Amino acid sequence: MILKGIPASPGIAVGKAFLFDTRRFMVPEKKIRKDSLPKEIVRFEEALIKTRTEILEIQKKITKEMGSHHAEIFNAHLLVLEDRMLIEEVIGGLKKEHKCVEYIFARVLDKYINVFAKMNDEYLKERISDIDDVGKRVLKNLLGAEEKTLSGLKEKVIVVAYDLSPSDTATMHRKNVMGFITDIGGRTSHTAIMAKSLEIPAVVGLEKATMKIKSGDTLIVDGTAGVIIVNPDNSELKKYQERQNQFIKLEKTLVNLKDEPAVTMDGHTVELSANIELPEEISSVIAHGAQGIGLYRTEFLYMNRRGLPNEEEQFEAYKGVVDKFSGEPVVVRTLDLGGDKFLSQLEVPHEMNPFLGWRAIRFCLAKPEIFKVQLRAILRASAFGNIKIMFPMISGVGELKQAIGVLNEAKKELRVKNIKFNEDLEVGAMIEIPSAALTCDLLAKEVDFFSIGTNDLIQYSLAVDRVNEKIAYLYRPTHPAVLRLIKNIIDSGHKEKIWVGMCGEMAGEPGFGLILLGMGLDEFSMSSAAVPGMKFTIRNVNFKDVKELAEKVLTLSTSEEIDKFVNKRLDELMPSLKKIKKVPA
Amino acid sequence: MLIEKKLVIKNEQGLHARPAALFVQVANKYESDVLVRKGKEEVNGKSIMGLLTLAAGKDSKVYLKVNGPDAKEAAEELEKIISGERSE
Repeated sequence: MILKGIPASPGIAVGKAFLFDTRRFMVPEKKIRKDSLPKEIVRFEEALIKTRTEILEIQKKITKEMGSHHAEIFNAHLLVLEDRMLIEEVIGGLKKEHKCVEYIFARVLDKYINVFAKMNDEYLKERISDIDDVGKRVLKNLLGAEEKTLSGLKEKVIVVAYDLSPSDTATMHRKNVMGFITDIGGRTSHTAIMAKSLEIPAVVGLEKATMKIKSGDTLIVDGTAGVIIVNPDNSELKKYQERQNQFIKLEKTLVNLKDEPAVTMDGHTVELSANIELPEEISSVIAHGAQGIGLYRTEFLYMNRRGLPNEEEQFEAYKGVVDKFSGEPVVVRTLDLGGDKFLSQLEVPHEMNPFLGWRAIRFCLAKPEIFKVQLRAILRASAFGNIKIMFPMISGVGELKQAIGVLNEAKKELRVKNIKFNEDLEVGAMIEIPSAALTCDLLAKEVDFFSIGTNDLIQYSLAVDRVNEKIAYLYRPTHPAVLRLIKNIIDSGHKEKIWVGMCGEMAGEPGFGLILLGMGLDEFSMSSAAVPGMKFTIRNVNFKDVKELAEKVLTLSTSEEIDKFVNKRLDELMPSLKKIKKVPA
Repeated sequence: MLIEKKLVIKNEQGLHARPAALFVQVANKYESDVLVRKGKEEVNGKSIMGLLTLAAGKDSKVYLKVNGPDAKEAAEELEKIISGERSE
């Protein structure tokens, strides 16, 4: 059985499922005598005090292990716990109904959860999990129940849950959790963020995983693709296990490469950098030896919240990222919402064809008041490190000039106020639309760099919706049309003496990497976990050989032929990489 | 002393999230009772759950009622949060 969800944290895990039942406790509806009312109130108070101590302990633990930012959520929990209205309502209910406090408390809690669930507000809906988390803890203490935690895991498992609360992830025995999968949640949910910063593969939003999976089932979690294989057959299991083992083995040998440059045996150097969306990912970027950030997706700043982030907040976020680097470049991509990403606070109408719709730079140019806030914040952060700015979804010269115009206005505003920024800040265009790829000789005159966004470039040039399973077989990064476009982008950039990078998934696959390297790509930006493998690949080939390979590839007529040829050459050039799939066949 | 004020929420985020948490923290510093009303619904201003259930976004009108010995100071400080003048 194969389940598809939302990829939340990359990597592969193979192991036994552990169904973590986070459903509510059964609460008895017991009558109590009037004279035991004071005793019941004392029980309630004691449970609140105990819960408070527990929350403070977890908060301390998280602050120590993961930093105060992650611990902040527990402040919200304390506010709920100490809430007067909630407490008064419970005590009032006790006095009126003479029923046990567990029953009354659970009912009051349900009432609030229902009220919040009905609200047409993403932020408030998210608060349900806070209330639920605190409520379960109080009930557990009232009932004297064993705490259901992941702290006592005796063996390595993959945790399967409806949802994981901050308390659950905070108290779990990390060494024994190989992956998480949950029924609900999105790419920026708490579980996803935690999994990413812990570097554990995770898939969320699977809808009915807890109903379809039993404890003890064997699972393959592919956190990169968002796929779960339940009780795989031997060949699937072998395939993934081998891939995983090879990966682990290779990772070990690759650790030594961390501080080495990405240079071919005959001395051609390129830059390997990482894609991030959360500042939390930077430690992993540095650990994997990436030389900076090739794509900082800024959408996360705008998500899971009410209202838009102001200039100050954005400035702090961008500065926080560059502060972690000493001079390595950080390419900040301006807001790229739309398509499969939308924001609840901006009323973006529903579209029939969102990937061809009002998104990214098109949206920003229509809303200069929102766009300029971000541009000023990025400019201000540029005074503190090597920031570059990149515009997504550029379709032609006119649009690019318009975006640069808004940037110049933002610069002017800062100059008037005497606020410092890097006057030589590099500006780039993301090339992901065929019209831009075909006119990049013109675009190259306007910018300092190009970054090729392959995911969209492939989808647009092949007319293949990348989220539609039925036509997934047509989504071929090595389609000659795609490769010709890429070659044209690189050549046109070099002709105008600007550097050309790539920040799509293609840049992190060793097989594609050889083609791109041979075509002369200057910068490869990928998920940080893919950096060591790519560095190893580059350091073990001659530029001369891959140039020949790229030339040969451009003469082949189908993607199948190209993949076969590249895989064969990869095996010849680097037998040690043999077991890892290079180009998905 | 009883102070009543009709206010319009000017804080960008409405009375949600951080502003709501801040409002509750400040309200709890004072001895006076704090009530917030929006439309027909009135909640205890010292309760985060109460404030959040009001779902009072930017530009909504609310009535602030503060009653007690330190009502004047409390009302002044709370008004600053509603007006967006204070956010930390």
